[in-house]
Amino acid sequence: MGAAVETFYDVIRRQGITRRSFVKFCNLTAASLGLGPVAATEMAHALETKPRIPVIWMHGLECTCCSESFIRSAHPLVKDVVLSMISLDYDDTIMAAAGHQAEAILEETRQKYKGQYILAVEGNPPLNEDGMFCIDGGRPFVEKLKEMAADAMAVIAWGACASWGCVQAAKPNPTQAVPIDKVIKDKPIIKVPGCPPIAEVMTGVVTYVTTFGKLPTLDRQGRPEMFYSQRIHDKCYRRPHFDAGQFVEAWDDESARKGYCLYKMGCKGPTTYNACSTVRWNGGVSFPIQSGHGCIGCSEEGFWDKGSFYDRLTTIRQFGVEATADQIGMAAAGAVVAGVAVHTAATVVKRLTSGSHKSDS
Amino acid sequence: MTHKQDMLRGVMDAGDNVIVTGPSIYVYEAPVRLWHWVNALCITILAITGYFIGSPLPTMPGEASDSFVMGYIRFAHFSSGQVLAVAFLARILWAFFGNKYSRQIFYLPVWEAAWWKGVKRELRWYLFLEKEPYKYIGHNPLAHAAMFMMFTLFNLGMIITGFALYSEGAGRGSLPDQAFGWVFILFPNSMDVHTIHHLGMWVIVIFAMIHIYAAIREDIMSRQTMISTMISGERQFRDEREG
Repeated sequence: MGAAVETFYDVIRRQGITRRSFVKFCNLTAASLGLGPVAATEMAHALETKPRIPVIWMHGLECTCCSESFIRSAHPLVKDVVLSMISLDYDDTIMAAAGHQAEAILEETRQKYKGQYILAVEGNPPLNEDGMFCIDGGRPFVEKLKEMAADAMAVIAWGACASWGCVQAAKPNPTQAVPIDKVIKDKPIIKVPGCPPIAEVMTGVVTYVTTFGKLPTLDRQGRPEMFYSQRIHDKCYRRPHFDAGQFVEAWDDESARKGYCLYKMGCKGPTTYNACSTVRWNGGVSFPIQSGHGCIGCSEEGFWDKGSFYDRLTTIRQFGVEATADQIGMAAAGAVVAGVAVHTAATVVKRLTSGSHKSDS
Repeated sequence: MTHKQDMLRGVMDAGDNVIVTGPSIYVYEAPVRLWHWVNALCITILAITGYFIGSPLPTMPGEASDSFVMGYIRFAHFSSGQVLAVAFLARILWAFFGNKYSRQIFYLPVWEAAWWKGVKRELRWYLFLEKEPYKYIGHNPLAHAAMFMMFTLFNLGMIITGFALYSEGAGRGSLPDQAFGWVFILFPNSMDVHTIHHLGMWVIVIFAMIHIYAAIREDIMSRQTMISTMISGERQFRDEREG
């Protein structure tokens, strides 16, 4: 655990990286976080003087897609993040230690870095049956999570699972899986939603927290504003087709080949806050809309329960019937039209049969 | 002048017969009438454009730079929505200055037994169980309930959800975001806000259908004017009997 007191700068110099490259890295990272040139200097200073922050990475109910995404980060390379910038002391899916050795690290970190380490949580805890649906190290994950959160400086909620609940919390949610902010109430939580989140967004958040030792500015829903303040729709390169009213109407039609807007195919870009349309994926190669498929809104709350990925209007499920707002509205309006017609007829009949006329009154 | 002559309003038809009318009362002052018709226009535009935002028109041919269909539809929707909101604010203000009928749509007198009795009586009238309805200067109690529950509340809800959705395009930190962004604390996924806004539109459309039917029916069947009252502001009664 001695490595944790080294600074980032010490480590990279030992790895043979020049000061020139280090300064370049600081400038690039500052720019990618949307910060000014002064921040680059601050960042360099911080990385030279501050000890590396220990990070504990826990896994609850999840599919490890967040880790898979994270290890593919290109700017900065995840190797740099894991081996140099942070002191990733515990991550059960990629660490060498196992069993009691691994468990011992958790205990050690808690004692040695009380209130100083970052707890990164991938996945979420199920609460039903006292948390028995996710056993980690011989006991319910929810217990371990609460324990480690109690002494953390801050908590990072990786992905849709930890942030919103994701698929395991989708209806009917038999294990009663809940996002971590339902369990951890007394610590600041940074939500980094997405299924998975973009690799560069993940490393960007880690870089920010470790560099400045504070949380990035969060929006109302606890997400870092630098990556989640705009919708996919706001920066989508197909947006001009939306404004023009040019839509893909069916897969493989002429409009699809021309790359028109996927709104009618159920694209959730207009309701999804994420950086996909700017940062993109796999080192900036592409993102779903660019490859011809609508956004499924994976970084939004409860995205599994908002109807089909391929319909623009979400369905509402009530009394075992699924219908869109329009179907419900038109049925109700139809019933009112029928009611009005019957009422009119009844009024006419009543008037004719009663023989009452204006002149009578 | 005799009392009889006093009642004659001097309106004559071709046969020189003088027509006797009932008493007339000024109910809806000019700002209320203006608001009503501005609202009718805005709601019509909002419902149509809103429907086409949810289910857009068939795709446009040509270059993207040649058309701006969704852009214009959304512009019409947003501008009508803002007019509707400003009109609603002005209408709330007018409730403080106008006559007592200008305040009617903003509350339900649920604490008044007479009002409940009136609701019951009006329901019986619509179920053909009463021979004739009572006369009312303002809204009848049943209309009053429908107006408050289906229009005032939903109009307010549509303004709130509408501005919340507008704030998404206006951007973080913008005025709509600061004023209405809290909606997304209640409903974190804006898809839900879209769906609620959509359902609210249908409630108001259904309200409008019932409203127009009832206005026409009561104009014919009741003992007072309905439609012309919202044009001239004058409510005329067709008889002078009590009750």
